[in-house]
Amino acid sequence: MSKVIRDVRRVLELVGIEDGATISFHHHLRDGDSCLLMIMDAIAEMGVKELVLAPSSLTNAHERLVDYIRDGTISKIYTSGLRGRLGRAISEGIMDTPVVIRSHGGRARAIESGDVNIDVAFVAVSEADEEGNANGLRGRNAFGSLGYALVDVRYAKKVVLITDNLKPFPLDTISIPQYLVDYVLVVDSIGDNSKIATGTTRLTRNPLDLRIAHYSAEVIANSGYLAPNFSFQTGASGAALATAMFVRDRMLEKGIKGNFVLGGITSYMVQMLEEGLFSVAFDVQSFDAAVTSSILKNHNHIEIDASFYANPRNKGCLVNRLDVVVLGAMEIDTDFNVNVLTGFNGVLQGASGGHEDTAFGSKLTVVVAPSFRMRIPTVKDRVSTVVTPGRDVDVFVTERGIAVNPRREELFDRLLKAGLPVMDMHSLKKKVESITGVPSPVTFGDKTVAIVEYRDGSVIDEVKQVA
Amino acid sequence: MPLQVKRIAEAGSLESGDLLVVVAPSEGVSIEVTSSVERQFGDRIRQIVSEVIQSMSVSGVSVKIQDRGALDYVIMARLITALRRSFEDEAA
Amino acid sequence: MRLRRSMLYVPGNSPSMIQNAHIYGADSILLDLEDSVPLEEKDAARELVRMALSYLNFEDVEVTVRINPLDTAFGVDDLHAVALPMLDAVRLPKASCPEDVKRLSDLLTEIEEENGLERGRIHIHPMIETAVGVENAFLIARASERVDAITIGGQDLTADMGVVKTEEGVELLYPRMRVVMAAKAAGIDALDTVYADVNDAEGLKKEALMVKRLGFTGKAAIHPNQIGVINGVFSPSEEEVEEALRIVKASLLASKEGKGVVVVDGKMVDLPVVKRAKRILMLAGVDFDV
Repeated sequence: MSKVIRDVRRVLELVGIEDGATISFHHHLRDGDSCLLMIMDAIAEMGVKELVLAPSSLTNAHERLVDYIRDGTISKIYTSGLRGRLGRAISEGIMDTPVVIRSHGGRARAIESGDVNIDVAFVAVSEADEEGNANGLRGRNAFGSLGYALVDVRYAKKVVLITDNLKPFPLDTISIPQYLVDYVLVVDSIGDNSKIATGTTRLTRNPLDLRIAHYSAEVIANSGYLAPNFSFQTGASGAALATAMFVRDRMLEKGIKGNFVLGGITSYMVQMLEEGLFSVAFDVQSFDAAVTSSILKNHNHIEIDASFYANPRNKGCLVNRLDVVVLGAMEIDTDFNVNVLTGFNGVLQGASGGHEDTAFGSKLTVVVAPSFRMRIPTVKDRVSTVVTPGRDVDVFVTERGIAVNPRREELFDRLLKAGLPVMDMHSLKKKVESITGVPSPVTFGDKTVAIVEYRDGSVIDEVKQVA
Repeated sequence: MPLQVKRIAEAGSLESGDLLVVVAPSEGVSIEVTSSVERQFGDRIRQIVSEVIQSMSVSGVSVKIQDRGALDYVIMARLITALRRSFEDEAA
Repeated sequence: MRLRRSMLYVPGNSPSMIQNAHIYGADSILLDLEDSVPLEEKDAARELVRMALSYLNFEDVEVTVRINPLDTAFGVDDLHAVALPMLDAVRLPKASCPEDVKRLSDLLTEIEEENGLERGRIHIHPMIETAVGVENAFLIARASERVDAITIGGQDLTADMGVVKTEEGVELLYPRMRVVMAAKAAGIDALDTVYADVNDAEGLKKEALMVKRLGFTGKAAIHPNQIGVINGVFSPSEEEVEEALRIVKASLLASKEGKGVVVVDGKMVDLPVVKRAKRILMLAGVDFDV
């Protein structure tokens, strides 16, 4: 019997979705995804209730899920992040069971260990053949690495590919092999191309972000970790990504070659790879069209799965070989704990992502952020949600000062000697508050709306309902 | 001698880090603040407005503020400017 | 001796730009009440800059304010509003004759006394933007003890000259050289005009290098992203620093040994050369006190 199905309802009947089933999706299509809601609409129509929704993350494309929570179609959510209307509604307490937030590595661990059992994995792919071989690298809606989905397809009971680009068997580029796939659902479009992977990621021109990036690169250059064969990862936007630009300048100046870049890969990293500044790019998520074509073109640009990336419980994940990582933060406290999940009013609007994983594995963890945003100081006595524990964070870089974790005395001395504006976190906090004033604290309700699971499965924090 | 708010006047802008303040003649003193950082700094904003109004001995004014995360010195400057403009007669 | 390699111009009616002005590495900032502020907002900008000077901490950066010309309705009010402890210097736009500077200096003396500030504390940076100003550059530079830097305003000057401002700048060559010469003769800093194209780092560098060769000691920046390039050009190079270190060490050794003649690499070195070497070390932030 053919695996190729052209009707959503039919494929759901074939795999059998029952009340309480756990279903998964990946978020490689970012804000352009239409698959998740398409499947949810059909499942809801069938009258299925109490689903456990376990996507790798949720984006602004998924706000409508609020309706399926309210009507009982969805009763549990496991995700890396929440945004927009959906995050706000959950923060206001619409769910009976708290959402479980996991990092990328933590999700891989949970799936591989059986903590999470996926009944049906729905995997959007940009190219597939009738046997179920597939990739995300070719086709008009190509998005790059299938990193998060590659774990799901190995462990889910049933796997349904969703594609708008069915090709004759066999494909010559295979990320997902046919023997893992039950059905291939063919649709008109897997998403909005303009929001999936356009052009190249532009580096910020915002002077404030550039200033932070300049300091952050100075920290790295003077830390001792900018050395031959070092490995490097940055977040994908703003000051974190711009740091890569300044680090590249230093590498060229000093004639340093690195061994790998990791993570969410942007076209800027691809440029460095092609310049020979790094030997390998390990790609768990591709951020733009230039990255997707690089995976095809460059044999040293390697698609990896989330477990290879960051699962703490397998035989060795890549974050453990990281030397330097540059990450963002919504808030940081005087113990260097970082919040990337809840905003200044306590609303769920971010994602755990690879933050915990890379901060743990990397020898040098640099967190960058403006010292205040819209008058709200970034440094607090205690973050409203701990995602990454302070022991894994070494340096906090802002445009007005750099705080070094007291556990890294030698690093503090090096940076001080290099003439950088280093100080302890309490002083930085005071300095910022002397500019903004001290904010009144935000109060929360009693109900837990989300549990933040650390990458090893333990609970690191809880998010309470907004008051 | 108390200064008189003679007409509606505004100052500032809706740019990030600024605020737009509109003052108008009114019975007594009323302060209305709209801010995305209401919880954290709403009271502080209102306090500053009161202090400025008192120090300038202004009576009979309504103050409406749309805040975009303005620091204290901006709140003071914009309010003082709007009030001074309101003391002038129309057109000059 | 103050470092003035770069000066960031900041529109005086923009809170977000004012409060971030000092974080970009510029040696000086200029809070502008003149050309970047429309007429109907002059009062708002004046009050904003006044409050900024009263409540913000600009740390080690030199704080200057460009007031409106003193013969306008705004100029004198500006001066009264901003003459505060945080203010280091007043930029006098369209300075055309020494009397312009003297008038400002006298007003400053009055205001310093009224406000209990140390007399002579507030410096003056005349801005040469007219043909008459160029002709009077040296007299302007020497018109008051308060003047410790002189600067040129290319846009308004070319307008006054009735010529087009070009990329190669041949029309500004003489005015630039004249202003530099006046500065050197008066023993003060010379700051060059802004480079308008904020996206052209190469063009900026080229112009900065050219004016450095003419003798300018610094340049204005119209955007924070220009500061790195400008500081780089006006900071001494590694070779210059190394050579300066050798010269200064030799001169310190010579005075320790009671010798009148300084010898470096077998060659005699004059006092002016030693002075220049010391200045280079200061620009490079190198300590040379024994």
